[in-house]
Amino acid sequence: MTDLMIDAADVSKAFGDVKALDGVSLQVPKGTVTGLLGHNGAGKTTLVNLLTTVLPLDAGGATVAGHDVTTDGHEVRSRIGLTGQFASVDEQLTGLHNLVLIARLLGASRRQAADRASELLELFDLAAAADRKVDTYSGGMKRRLDLAASLVGHPDVVFLDEPTTGLDPTSRLGLWEIVEKLVDDGTTVLLTTQYLEEADRLADSITVLSNGQVVAAGTAAELKADIGQRTVAITLAEAAAAPEALAALRRAGFSPIHDEGRRAMTIPVDAANALAAVVRALDDANAEVAELALHEPTLDDVYLTLTHQAAA
Amino acid sequence: MTAVTATPSDPAVTPRVGPIEGLRQSLTLAWRTLVQIRHNPWELGDFSFQPIMFVLLFTYVFGGAISGSTGEYLTFALPGIIVMNMVFVTMYVGLGLNTDLTKGVFDRLRSLPLARWAPLAGRITADLVKQAWSVALLLGVGALLGFRLGASVVGLIGMVVLLLVFALAFSWVSVLVGVLAKDPEQVQLFGFTALFPVTFVSNVFVPTQTMPGWLQAFVEINPVTLLSDAARGLLVGGPVAGPAIGSLLWAAGITAVFAPLSVWGLKRRV
Repeated sequence: MTDLMIDAADVSKAFGDVKALDGVSLQVPKGTVTGLLGHNGAGKTTLVNLLTTVLPLDAGGATVAGHDVTTDGHEVRSRIGLTGQFASVDEQLTGLHNLVLIARLLGASRRQAADRASELLELFDLAAAADRKVDTYSGGMKRRLDLAASLVGHPDVVFLDEPTTGLDPTSRLGLWEIVEKLVDDGTTVLLTTQYLEEADRLADSITVLSNGQVVAAGTAAELKADIGQRTVAITLAEAAAAPEALAALRRAGFSPIHDEGRRAMTIPVDAANALAAVVRALDDANAEVAELALHEPTLDDVYLTLTHQAAA
Repeated sequence: MTAVTATPSDPAVTPRVGPIEGLRQSLTLAWRTLVQIRHNPWELGDFSFQPIMFVLLFTYVFGGAISGSTGEYLTFALPGIIVMNMVFVTMYVGLGLNTDLTKGVFDRLRSLPLARWAPLAGRITADLVKQAWSVALLLGVGALLGFRLGASVVGLIGMVVLLLVFALAFSWVSVLVGVLAKDPEQVQLFGFTALFPVTFVSNVFVPTQTMPGWLQAFVEINPVTLLSDAARGLLVGGPVAGPAIGSLLWAAGITAVFAPLSVWGLKRRV
């Protein structure tokens, strides 16, 4: 037995001539959150659909919760929960009926189904709206109900496909807290998102997809260290000192970025100790510094660098 | 664990759900469709008040002109109106399926450990309940207006069974439309633009002999005509075997063509 809850090796999928996924591998250990990052069309949703057996894969292999998605689809489906990109709840039913429906489909008795539904409605702060038709719900409420629906069967692995797209900041924060609670209880989560902040906050490890291929994988810190660029931001006391400061920095081997006439400039650096060299160069040029800061790379930098590289 | 492991070629048909369990799931999904009606009373209006309106309008506005008396016309038209209503009600299968597909509910169902046929079977089961309700309603309204069953109870049961068998077959047309349509509005558009003429160019409302010859040719082979004749025979009296066999042949033909097309379309869509 392995403690990998998702283990995909060399998975490929094409739609006609379009290669949606091209040799993607992904491993998610039990009880962790993996963030799947990528722009629209990178193949995130396709990968989720293959792993949840919604679509058959063309090549490669994958197991989810220890079961092969191709030969053991039913076992996989018994152990997963899927929250799609769009809240896939029945808008013509009440919130309560939506959850009862799923519980009944999973084999619960009437009584068990009603109990589980009430429990989840309480947990997701929807108890007051239990008997209202879902088409009267707000976007945030629909998403919460959708997530609740995917948890009815106590799944081992939960797939969240862009769960917070289109949500306001408060709703987003609420959803994040729910996901964190899930993981504390031992659930494994695969999360696709376009929001780097979301991946940074929730994901133990991150896989970046671009054009159907994995272009980077690791923890947020690793990705930032490997791919991101530290920068030193400087604001000079006077704009007039800029030409000389720039010349001195270039002599020291830096490539500062500066808009003419401005007091501020940005200097990409490789290591933290480059800070001293920057200060020395500025001192040589007799440039008085009003403000100096070392910026750690953000996931945004990583993402932009990677997707830019992939497109080039 | 089973000792012998089958190696299915397509994960979509991995047979892991027993037929009893699948049936239970279908009934649960049928329950869902019927509960929706409670929240959407207008839908009830669609397959309850609309057919009643047809009965009233045709009987009292055109009845006298067509048959000489409204009572006689009711006897002629009611079986046909029941058939016509059946064809329209069948469109709810495709309408509901399309809504599920466009709203993502179908994907959710596919990610659950269900029998693969359960979502479709649930829809069709719910539709048959609606069909039975409509037939009962129309016969009830007919009885109030003076429609008298000329044949036996066996005839009545026979008509209901024949109607449901044909509805089952015609559901495949509805499923295909539901799968191919981009949104629920397109499904409704199909109902109006394709089904309206097909049901009207029949002998539901007027006898075939009053129409021009070229139209008669179509009317006579129209399954709506055949079914209406069979329904008249079974409810009021008259020849049954010919039109009933014709209807069943149509049902078989429709299933043979549209069932594989629907399954193909559904696989392509999801």
